[in-house]
Order: sequence, then structure tokens, then C-alpha cells
Amino acid sequence: MNALADFYARHSQLIDQIGINAVLALSLSVSLQAGQLALAQAAFMGIAAYVSAILTLNYHWPTAATILVAVIAAAVVGAALAYPVRRLRGVFLAIATIGFGEIVRVIANNLGVTGGAEGMSGLPQDANTLAIYASLAVVALVLFLLSRTKFALAVALVREDEHAARGVGVDVGTVRTLSLALGGAIAGLAGALYAHSSAFITPNDFGFERMEQILVWCVIGGVTSPVGAVLGAAGLSVLPELIRFLADYREITNGIILLLVIVFVPGGLASLWRRGPVRVRV
Amino acid sequence: MLTLENVGVRYGGVDALRDVSLVVERGRVLGLIGPNGAGKTTLVNATTGLAPLASGSVRLDDLRIDGLPAHRIARAGVARTYQNIRLFGALDVHANLAAGAFARPQRLHDDEIRSLLERAGIANVDPAAQASSLAYGDQRRLEIARALAAAPSVLMLDEPAAGMNPSETVRLVDTFRAIAASGIAVLLIEHDMTLVRAACDAVVVLNFGEVIARGTPSDVARDPVVVEAYLGTGAEALA
Repeated sequence: MNALADFYARHSQLIDQIGINAVLALSLSVSLQAGQLALAQAAFMGIAAYVSAILTLNYHWPTAATILVAVIAAAVVGAALAYPVRRLRGVFLAIATIGFGEIVRVIANNLGVTGGAEGMSGLPQDANTLAIYASLAVVALVLFLLSRTKFALAVALVREDEHAARGVGVDVGTVRTLSLALGGAIAGLAGALYAHSSAFITPNDFGFERMEQILVWCVIGGVTSPVGAVLGAAGLSVLPELIRFLADYREITNGIILLLVIVFVPGGLASLWRRGPVRVRV
Repeated sequence: MLTLENVGVRYGGVDALRDVSLVVERGRVLGLIGPNGAGKTTLVNATTGLAPLASGSVRLDDLRIDGLPAHRIARAGVARTYQNIRLFGALDVHANLAAGAFARPQRLHDDEIRSLLERAGIANVDPAAQASSLAYGDQRRLEIARALAAAPSVLMLDEPAAGMNPSETVRLVDTFRAIAASGIAVLLIEHDMTLVRAACDAVVVLNFGEVIARGTPSDVARDPVVVEAYLGTGAEALA
């Protein structure tokens, strides 16, 4: 028992980080499952982190309430973003949403209320390990329950063939909007948890580098597998600790791992246990 | 009953369809034939909301459906298959049929799955098989089964026999007649005149986006305007 407590004491920060990263990976997985390469998760995360931080520091709201409002705000922004990008697919959607992320980062960098480039500090560290993993469990449960609904079927159909999906009665626009809103809400939850875990946020915490990390977790885990995305996030969060002797070459190491996965396991880790056709039973 | 009145579709400055009127009645199979580029698939796209109308109207019974988004037209009861197969290839057969029934409130049960496969002539297909792994002809028939899963009032089949061998094509006749007999209005786009003559109650002929003839399959096959437009001088091929 003491060994476990000792292990937790030494690695609590990493354990919390893994939980938050897993939530983030799930948020992108939602968009990817709908066939949308929408790379705005870091922006949603940042919006929620700042909403939560502002409500906490400037208006002294209780942390739980700030997280709830932050999640709603990120979901609304996700839904709103769906409209201007409604005709974009693939790499064009990726570029547009990366651009949106940069806009959010630049705005945060220049607004007084967000603390500008210096960011915001002094947040209460209320997002402890229990809160983070309880949030992850809630997100996983919600996604599991959704996987039993017609929404999951609609998402799979839109991913496979939007044209044919329309032909069987799927409102593709609504599915895309809902998946971006849901992805935004989950990323927002991760952002609010991050703010209340690290106690300090800056605009660069939510820039392109973060987005790239999230995408790599999902590619390595398997782009249409929530479980794979979580494993990808967990694995790549732990990896730097395991290969500290390569700390100077961290980005190169990540790049090599990504290439190896793309070349040898193109379906990601999930493809190692998930064979055969996609089954959706609703 | 599906009714198209004076339907026109324009792509840029080109009339893809001009003043096309036709009626597809429940329980009957209407053939739609014409040379390549005549506007047959455009007519299906216009009816199903994938191509905007420049003029005219489309009605499903008393409901005007032109101008509605494609998914609402599908939900209203117009199902279709595609010239190039558009199954959800990574999904299994069961999920493809569930996709067809997406607009229906009730869940698709196993016995319905078996019944749909049987109606489409692929009762031997495993519902757990990946759709893209099926033989070509079975994929064509699965697309028909998917359309039937919607319990449509109108079924539009866009060259369902394309790529099939003659014996497979002959078997399709019974399939289409049985579908129509169940009370569905069937519009069949097809080049294979043997299939058209055997399966259709009436035929409409398109050329350059206009209706140039209509009547029974045998009347149309003898029409010199149709023969000229459809086959040039090879009149015997329609006979």
C-alpha cells in the first residue's frame, strides 16, 4: 500500500496528465469517427480553459460551475464552427480548423481578460486525480451509450459515404454539427480540467503543437476507435518518462513512432484487436 | 405514386432535362431508357434531391418533394440504388440494412433482415459479412435490399443489372416484379432491353434530356424515333 502511495506521490502529475490527454483524444475521436478531419480540439480546450479560469478568478464561481459553463461554451463554439466549414472536407477542413485554432490562440494572446501572452495564474487546483478520472469515466460512458443509438449509425454512415447517407435519410449537416459540438464539449472538459489541474494557463498551451499531439495519439491508437485513441494518448504521455535518455530527441522519437505505426499498422493499435467489418447494432 | 411534371434541370448553360413529365404508379415497373448522357441518372438525382430543379415539380402522392433536402425526400419514401454501387463497404450486411431502415422509427429485427435478403434474392448471404467482401452481383442486390429496408413507396433502380451476367440478369426480373407486386412504385433505368421488356409495364425514352417516346416495351421497341436515337441504325437490337 505504501509502495502504491509512493508511486502516486512521485507520478501524480503524469497520472493526471494521462487522464486529461485521454479525454482530449476521445474528443478528436468523435470528429474522426464522423469522417471529419476537424483539428480544432486545442482551440476548444483553450476556450473552455479560459472561460473556466475567468469565471473562477474574476467572478469567484465555484469550480464545478465554471467547468460546466466552460463545457457548454466549447460545445456551442463547436456547433457554430460547423456552419462556416459545412462544405469543407478532408485536408481543406483540417486547414480551416487549424486556422480557427490559430485565431483563438492569437485572440487569447492579445486580450486583457485572458492575461495576454502571460496567461492566467493562481487557479485553484481542484481538478485532482479522482475528478479527472471520474470525468474520463463519464465521457467514456456517454460515448458508450451513444454507440447504442441511431446517432452512432448516422456517424458511421457519414464517415463511409455522405452521399449514400443522405440517400437513406441521414441529415448529414446535423450529424456533422452534433459531432463537432460533442467533440468541442469533451475537449472543453479537458481544457477546464487542465486549467484547474495545472493552475496556470497561457495561449501557447492551446496552440498547434497541442493539436498535433492529439492527432498523433488518435492516429497511433486508431482513428475510428475511442479505445485506441485513449491507449494512444496514454502510451505517448508515458513514453517521454520511459525514454528520458532521449529527452533531447523527443519530437524525433515521436515522429519515428508515428511513421512506424502508419507504415506497419496503418489502422492504428485498434486494428490489432479489431478485425472484420464494422458492426453497428441499433 | 410519383409524379414528375415538366421537370427541367440545368447544369451551367446546358439543359440536362427539359420538360420531362412521367408518372410511376404503385405496383408497376416503369422503365426509363435512353442513350448514355440522355439524362436518366439526372432524373433520379433530381427526384431524390441531389440535383436542383430549374423548373417543374415532383410529387410523392400529394406531397410536393422538389426543393426538399435529399434526406427528407428519402424519409418521405423515395429510395434508390446507384449506377456505381454505393454500399457502406466497411460495414457488415446487417448494418447496411439497418442504414436503409434509418428513417424508420422501429429497430430492424433479424427476421426482417432475412426477409429483406430473400426479397433481394440473396438469402444465402451472411448478415455478418463485410459488404465490400460480397461478390459483385450480391453487392448490387444488397443495395436493392438496403433500399427496400426503408419500406419505400417509390424505388428508383439505376442500372441494377450493370456488370451482371445474363443468368443473373434474368433472375432480376422476378425480383423487380415481386417488389412492384408488394405495392411499391418502381422506376427502372436499364440498358438491357431483354430485362426492360420482361420487367417493365411501360417505358419512357429520354434523349438529350427530353422524352422522345413512351408506351409499352414492345411499342417503344418498334418506334423508329427510339431506334434511331438509341441505337442509330441497329434497329434489330431492340426488336
